[in-house]
This record gives sequence, structure tokens and C-alpha cells, in this order.
Amino acid sequence: MTLYADVRVARGSFDLSLDLVVEPGEVVALLGPNGAGKTTALRAIAGLLPLGGGRIALGEEVWDEPPRTFRAPDRRPIGVVFQDYLLFDHLSCLENVAFGLRARGVDKHTARAEAAHWLETVGLSSYARARPRSLSGGQAQRVALARALATDPELLLLDEPLAALDASTTLHVRAELGQHLGRYEGRTLLITHDPLDAMVLADRLVIVEDGRIVQEGRPAEIARRPRTDYVAQLVGLNLYRGTATGTAVELADGGTITLAEPATGPVHVAFPPTAVSLYPSLPSGSPRNTWPAVVTGIEQHAHTVRVRLDATPTGPGVLLADITPAAVADLHLSPGQPLHAVLKATEIHTYPV
Amino acid sequence: MLLLPALIGLAFLLVPLIGLLAKAPWSTLPSRLFSADVWQALKLSLICATSATALCLLLGIPLAWLLARSGLPGRGIIRALVTVPLVLPPVVGGVALLLVLGRRGLVGEHLELWFGISFPFTTAGVVVAEAFVAMPFLVISVEGALRAADPRYEEAAATLGAGRWLTFRRVTLPSIAPGVVAGAVLCWARALGEFGATITFAGNLPGRTTTMPLAVYLALETDPDVAVVLSIVLLLVSVVVLASLRERWISGLR
Repeated sequence: MTLYADVRVARGSFDLSLDLVVEPGEVVALLGPNGAGKTTALRAIAGLLPLGGGRIALGEEVWDEPPRTFRAPDRRPIGVVFQDYLLFDHLSCLENVAFGLRARGVDKHTARAEAAHWLETVGLSSYARARPRSLSGGQAQRVALARALATDPELLLLDEPLAALDASTTLHVRAELGQHLGRYEGRTLLITHDPLDAMVLADRLVIVEDGRIVQEGRPAEIARRPRTDYVAQLVGLNLYRGTATGTAVELADGGTITLAEPATGPVHVAFPPTAVSLYPSLPSGSPRNTWPAVVTGIEQHAHTVRVRLDATPTGPGVLLADITPAAVADLHLSPGQPLHAVLKATEIHTYPV
Repeated sequence: MLLLPALIGLAFLLVPLIGLLAKAPWSTLPSRLFSADVWQALKLSLICATSATALCLLLGIPLAWLLARSGLPGRGIIRALVTVPLVLPPVVGGVALLLVLGRRGLVGEHLELWFGISFPFTTAGVVVAEAFVAMPFLVISVEGALRAADPRYEEAAATLGAGRWLTFRRVTLPSIAPGVVAGAVLCWARALGEFGATITFAGNLPGRTTTMPLAVYLALETDPDVAVVLSIVLLLVSVVVLASLRERWISGLR
């Protein structure tokens, strides 16, 4: 059975309208900036927020279709891992995991045995009697996952499951979460603002901006062919729209880029910041894409320096270049400094709008 | 400039209590304490105050939930009405109860006619009068605790398949337990000390409606020493309540 969610919720001036499909065994990540409506969508699918319009159904089973049908959250076969986990502090870890089974009418003995099994699966057997308060962030997340999975839900909803963790544990917990999701046979909807979480954990990404889906596809596809500035920024590419005639692309916002391979019509032009190099004076030879540019910002990344440039009027208005710290020292970079930016045409990727 | 009135204020509050202890007939105290009349009044007081507290818990917790969690329109007005018995002179409360639950009262007439139940001048009447006066303490305390509790835990319980009642019992109630206990203790102490509404609505029948405060008032006219002994017992109970509230529950609420 497939989950179909046509989620429409209006809240004041904010208007959410998403069409989601999640197949059994599939992990779909809803990726977007804060305030895009991701959590609202999760709440609507969980039944914590009634739809304003649209329809949510698992196969033939309708969960929400205003104004006729609304199934309360406790009657939907779901498991939810909340952003701050919301473990019940007055219950032990074992009782937390057993809670859903007890609520669904499983007898105490069976529920506890099943809960103990789940705690063992997430590697926390020795914490069965511990109070959630005494757990670390990563452990609490695993208990929350066990609690959500213990009832064998058809749909698993994860709301920013890694956001509350510190950087040193995230890597480990993410890998483990990936293993559990791989074993889970139901449908998973993962809400995140972190592109890395989405790329690593999901089979398919759905990117949401301002209440609308702007792009969806496999992680590799999204990483290669972003379609909005937000997605380009997430995957770390320079992205422009323009009209191609042969090897020349006239950019929508002004400037021209020359391609290695000819193209026609409206296209997206994408290239990594590492494809851009900077020179203090006009370089010798005749590179096809050479623009006079002005430095507008300098940012230190892990092992490279990202330089933000303004290459108008001949090139793009915002151009990102990744260069080495040594190159920064050689160029004596400072904001406002005029330079020459050169883009390697062979690293440019074009695809239709 | 502030110190002198502050000290006078403190003395004003403490001197009567010290006077009570100073005038106590300590030599005859044990024998008077265990006299049949005192014991009877004390027992009746404890039973009635406890029953009234149970009644307040039964009705007050759902009422507090209604005020704190439901989107009921006019909640502000309901909350104001709930707190009326706090500021109402208890005698007025007693008169109002008589008018409603009395033999000729709005509801009382039918209760008597249909079920043969009559509240005025009975032990049950004492419980009703005490509950009427003490309930706001419980409702306010529980409502405060409910407002402070994070409703997202209830949502988490719902996603785990728990219906409203199960969620309330297993998630909401444990999380507000300190507030419920604090409210119940305050409620119980208020019920124990209730005088005005009780004597108006339930009268003063030894063994049936004469609770400790009524016995104190009665004894003052016949045997002042007994009044002092009874007062000391009530004072002791108040101190114990205060101490238990401070140490166990008020700290838990912070």
C-alpha cells in the first residue's frame, strides 16, 4: 500500500500545498529551510493538525479528507520521532517503548517483552530501567526510535531526528539510524533542513520552499542538477538560468557564459565553485570565460576559502569561487578588490529548465 | 523606615499564636485532648475534610482541565466564577447552599422528593459546604500545573495510539502530580478550618456536624480551656500541612 498525501493547510498568510507519495520500504526526505512548512506537513500527516483541503490515504484507507473524513492520530498506524524526542520522564525507558503497545491493547507481559527486544535492537538493553532524563542525546534518540517502531507502524515520521545532537555524535547516530531505516519495511518520511542527513538517509528527496515543492528526485540527481537557488546552495553549486544559442548562454540576470558543448533554448547552468579561479591581472592565453570581478565576501570553509564575487556586467552577479588559503595569501584578497575570474568551460553542466 | 512597621506586622501575626500556646492548660492537656467530645469533633473533622477533598479532586481536576486545555469560549468568565467562593464570605456561601440544596431549595426539594436525599444538618451537608469553599484552591493549583505542562507530550501519546482518557491518565496526570498534591493539601486544610458555610448550611449537631472549628466556638462559651486545646490541635495540623507543602511539593513545582 502506498501513502498518498495531498497536504493543504492554510495558516494566516502561510499556505502549504504538497503532494507526497511514499512507497513501502522507501525513505523520503522532506528537505527545506526553516519555515518552509515541513513540520506542518508532518503534523497534518500524523493527524495532529486537520487538513484544510486535500487528502491523506494509505492505499484505500482514507485518514483525512475534509470535510467528511478525519481519523484521530491514535487511530492511524504511525510512529513519530519528534525533534526533541518527547520521551515520558515519569516512565522508564522500557515503559516508554512499551507505551504504544499497551495503548494499542497488547497485554502488559507481551508489551514489556517486545519493548525489551526493541531496546536490545537499538543497543540499550542495560538502560531499560533508566529514566529518559539520564540518557545522552544519542541514546534518547534511539529510545524514541524504538518507541516509534515498537508498534510496527505502516508509516514512520521523523522530525529533524538529528538536529538535537551535538556534532561529535551526529555521524555515528546518523549511520545507525540509516541501518534501522534500511531494515524497516514500512514507509518513512524524514523531515530535515540538513542536506547531508537527507542525502545519506533518503532514497528520494522532496525539496520544499515556502509551502511548495520546488524539486524532487534521487539524491544524486538533485546534487547534480539543482533547480532553485536554495537547492544549489544546499549542494554547493553555482546555478544560473539563461537562454542558450550554440555554446553561448545569455544569463537571465545579465552576463554571458560560454559552454564547451552547444545547447539550445532555456537552460540551467551549474558548476562547482572549484571550477572558478582568480587572477590579479588578465591571464595569458584565451580562456573562454574570463570576467572582471569584484570581491564582495570571503568565508573560511574547512580546507578552502570561499570567495563571493560580483562579475557584472560581463559575467554573473553572484559568483562563488573556492580557492586555497595559499592562493588567498598570494592574491592579498580583500573585499572590494578588482580581480579576473576564469571559469573552466569543461566543468559546466547544462540541463533544460 | 520600613523596618519598624515590618516588625509590628510580624508581631501582629505571631503574638496571637504565642498567646495561644502561653495560655494552654498544659497540665490537663492530655486528659482534655483525649476526652470523648474532642475526639469526636476531631474524627468528624478529619473524615469530612478528607471526603470534601476527594469530592474536589473528582470534580475539580476535570474542571481545571476544561479551563486549561479546551478551547471553550468564555473561559475567562468561568475561571472568575470558579474563584468566587475564594472571596465570598463563607456565611454567604452557606446561605446560598441552603437556598439551593435546602429542604425548600431549588434542587433540594426535588432531591428530597425523588430520592429522599437531604443535605442540610447532616454530615454529608458538612462535606458539601467544605467542598464548596475549598474547591477553588484545588482548581487554581491544578490549572496552573496543566498550563505549565507541555501539551506536546499528549500529542506524542496520541501518535502512539493512546486515546484521550488513557493519555490523560498515563501522561498528563503524572506530569501534573505535584500541582494536584499541592492543591489537594491546600484544599484539605481549607476544608478542615471551614466554619461559616458549615454552621450555616449544616448547623451544629454534636457527632454529626460539629467539626473542630465549630467545637472551638462552642467550647469558648462553656469551657474556654477546651477551646484552647482544640485550637492548639488545629494549629498543629496547619503547621504540619505547611511544612509538608514547603518541603515536598512547593520545591517540586519550582
